[in-house]
Formats: sequence, structure tokens, C-alpha cells
Amino acid sequence: MRILPMAKIVLKSLFRKAATQMYPLITKEYYPATRGKVLNDTEFCIYCGMCQRKCPAGAIEVIRAKRYWALDPKRCVTCNYCVEVCPKKCMTMDKRYTAPSTN
Amino acid sequence: MGERTVIPFGPQHPVLLEPLHLDLVIEDEKVVKAMPSWGFVHRGLEKLAEKRDFIEFPFVAERICGVCSHSHGMAYTQAIEALMSLEIPVRAKYLRTILAEFSRINSHLLWLGLLANALGFESLFMHCWKLREKILDIVEETTGGRVIFGACRVGGVNRDIDAPTLARMSRLFTGMEKGFREIDGVFRKDYTVQKRLQETGALSRADAHLLGAVGPVAKGSGIPCDMRRLGYSVYNELDFQAVVETEGDSYARTSVRIKEIFQSVGLIQQAIAKIPAGEVSMKITGLPPVGEHFEMVEQPRGEAVYYVKGNGTRFLERFRVRNSTFANIPALLKILEGCELSDVPMLILSIDPCISCAER
Repeated sequence: MRILPMAKIVLKSLFRKAATQMYPLITKEYYPATRGKVLNDTEFCIYCGMCQRKCPAGAIEVIRAKRYWALDPKRCVTCNYCVEVCPKKCMTMDKRYTAPSTN
Repeated sequence: MGERTVIPFGPQHPVLLEPLHLDLVIEDEKVVKAMPSWGFVHRGLEKLAEKRDFIEFPFVAERICGVCSHSHGMAYTQAIEALMSLEIPVRAKYLRTILAEFSRINSHLLWLGLLANALGFESLFMHCWKLREKILDIVEETTGGRVIFGACRVGGVNRDIDAPTLARMSRLFTGMEKGFREIDGVFRKDYTVQKRLQETGALSRADAHLLGAVGPVAKGSGIPCDMRRLGYSVYNELDFQAVVETEGDSYARTSVRIKEIFQSVGLIQQAIAKIPAGEVSMKITGLPPVGEHFEMVEQPRGEAVYYVKGNGTRFLERFRVRNSTFANIPALLKILEGCELSDVPMLILSIDPCISCAER
């Protein structure tokens, strides 16, 4: 029918399972490759500062003398480059995104 | 003859999502002239290229725009590779091409959804975006990013895609093609869509040529302007023709984008069938030499021109992007002349504007 070509699709969709998920109840399963957030295992970190130098967003701060490593999550663009260049491989990319703050 | 009034339109406007400001000179309800002004989202990314290492800059280049981010990364890395005379592995080229076509389908489905939304056709809008979700999911699974793929690196791609996943990517379309045909049928046959799009915003072939229109705007006016025909990456090994419509109105531009979705599906299937085994990245030694290079790629929105100038250090001397939206603004102003005021948001949308791209 020329007037309502969308009606068929809409009617079919009515009787199908919903394409969306009830988010807070059902969370999406992330893929192993998903770039969620950067984590650093400071136990193995040698504070070489390679991640700080390579970060395109300038989100990582490393002070070797104080054994200090910090990531500014608001500046981080989750490009995964710090994880790739880390010589000790102590940095990992977590597939889950940073959880929203609740307080 | 009525009195002339100037209506400021944008950058914050309920029906115009892009941060573009237009001064519309109107006479009664007809637009006589449109004068653009912009600079609201300028971020100085071209200057940033002079302060970032050339190997790290693809991450910045990909963030010029959200929807065509892969094409930005691809254009930048191709420009650097050409400047440094690097021959990257063929498999990496194929993977970049496959992802570029996925990004094209993503962009066109997004645009079709936005168009349906602008028409007030909510169910069609949701249906287009439902299809787009499957594309985003497969891209997230293979590259790690839904919107910013982050796949392109100087010298190749960040990760390989294994053969079963590639087969699954190819098979994905056997189920989805039916969905594409359904929305194609709606855009083609629906009375509302036809009434709003047909014979509005006509741009003749001569005007499109004179004003330097690119991408679907030029293709809708009958100019087969498709940079993929230049054969960059592996497009010279794939069989395709530029999609062309001759009417030049908003409907022709919509039709070009729908046909390009089917074309991209064909290109992905061809590329997956032909992809050779091998390495996906190479080690980069040396620095960009003194010299310059122009790289042209076909983004979902049209041609993008990348200019890089090296000076023998880790930092580029000059970096310049001319994006498709920038090239299409003169054509947009021509389209707006003589249209109804109520059609203005629809006509701005019909060129698929991306002001973030245009202002870098």
C-alpha cells in the first residue's frame, strides 16, 4: 500500500522482542576488545613515565621520586596507547566503563 | 513585494542541531539570501599537530569528528605513509577499507534516522537506528570502540580481525539486507517523505560543479564525484561505480545515501572475500622528511582533503584538513535561496552537515 508502507514494519515490531534492554536491571555484556577505562597495577609499575610522555591527551601524571601515578579520567580519551607502550605491561584496559559516581 | 526581514537562525535552535549560525533574509515566507557565520566549535586541532608526535596524532585526528572518525584516521595515516614513502601490509589496507565501509553504513543510517526525525517520522527514525546498532556492535567487538574506532595507526591497524569474525561480518548483512530493503521501501514510497523531499532544494549540475559541491550533494546533482575511484587503499582492487542521481533535489540526495548503503555492503563482502593473510602493522623507523603531501579520501559525507608538511622532526610543520561540509556550504547557500522558511532545517540537514569537522 502506498500510503502506509511503514505500517507493516511497525506491526511486525509490535509482536517481536524489544530491541532495547532494561538498562539498570540488565547490563550490556562488553566485548573483550572494548576500551572502557585504563587501570594500572602500581605494584609492578616502575614509574618510568613512558605512559605520561606518550599520552596524546596529557591525562597521566607520573612523579618517579614520589612513586606517584595518577590518571585524570576526565582528560583520558581511552585510546589504549599507554597500555601498548607500557614496558612492564602493568597497565591494562578494562572493558567496563567508569561507573557513574553516586554520592 | 513584502518587506525584507533578517532572521537569525542557530547556533542554538530547537530544529537545528548543528552549531551553525545563518542570517536568513526573508521576504514573506521565502528565503531570499542566507549568510553563514561560524567558529563556535573551533578547537585548534590543526595547530595541535605541531605539538604532538606524528605517531600519536592519529588519536587526535580521529577525534575531529565522531561519525566519520575512522575516515579521518585513515586519511591522516595514509598522508603520513605517503610522505614517508612507506608501503604498509596489504592486509592492513584491506582491514582499513572494510572498517571505512562499516563507518559509511553507520553514518548513512544515522543520517537517515535524523532525516526521519526531522520529518516527524519517529518510527522510521527508531527503525534506522535499530539497524545501526548492529553495525556499532560488530565494530565494537572488532576494534574496541563503538564510535571512535581507534583502528588506524601509522603503519597499519591496531589489531587483526580473525577469519571466523570476518566471515561473521560478511554474514551479518544477509540478515540485515532485508532491513535495509524495508527502510528503502519506506523512503521510496511513503507519501510524507516524498512530499517533504521531492522538488525541494534543487541544485542543478552546473551549480553543483561551479560551487564545488562534493559527496552525496554532488552525486545527487549528477556529478560522479567519488574519491574512492582514485583507488586509494585497496579500492582499485574492488569493483564499484559511483552512485549518481540526476534530479538534484533533497530526495535525490537521500536516494544516493540509501544506494551507497547497498554499495558499501557489496564492497565489504568483496573485500572480505579477497583479504590476504599476513601482517597487519609494520614498525616505523625514521621521521617524516622535509616535504608535503595531499591526500584525498571519500568520507561518508564527501571528499576530505588532508595536507601534511614535514620538516624532518617528530612534529609536522603544517597540517590542514578541508572537510566535505566546508566544501558543501556554498552549495547549501544556493539551495536555501528561494526556499520556504519551514524547509530550512530540512535543507540544512540534506547536505549532512558536520560543523565539528568543518571547524576542526
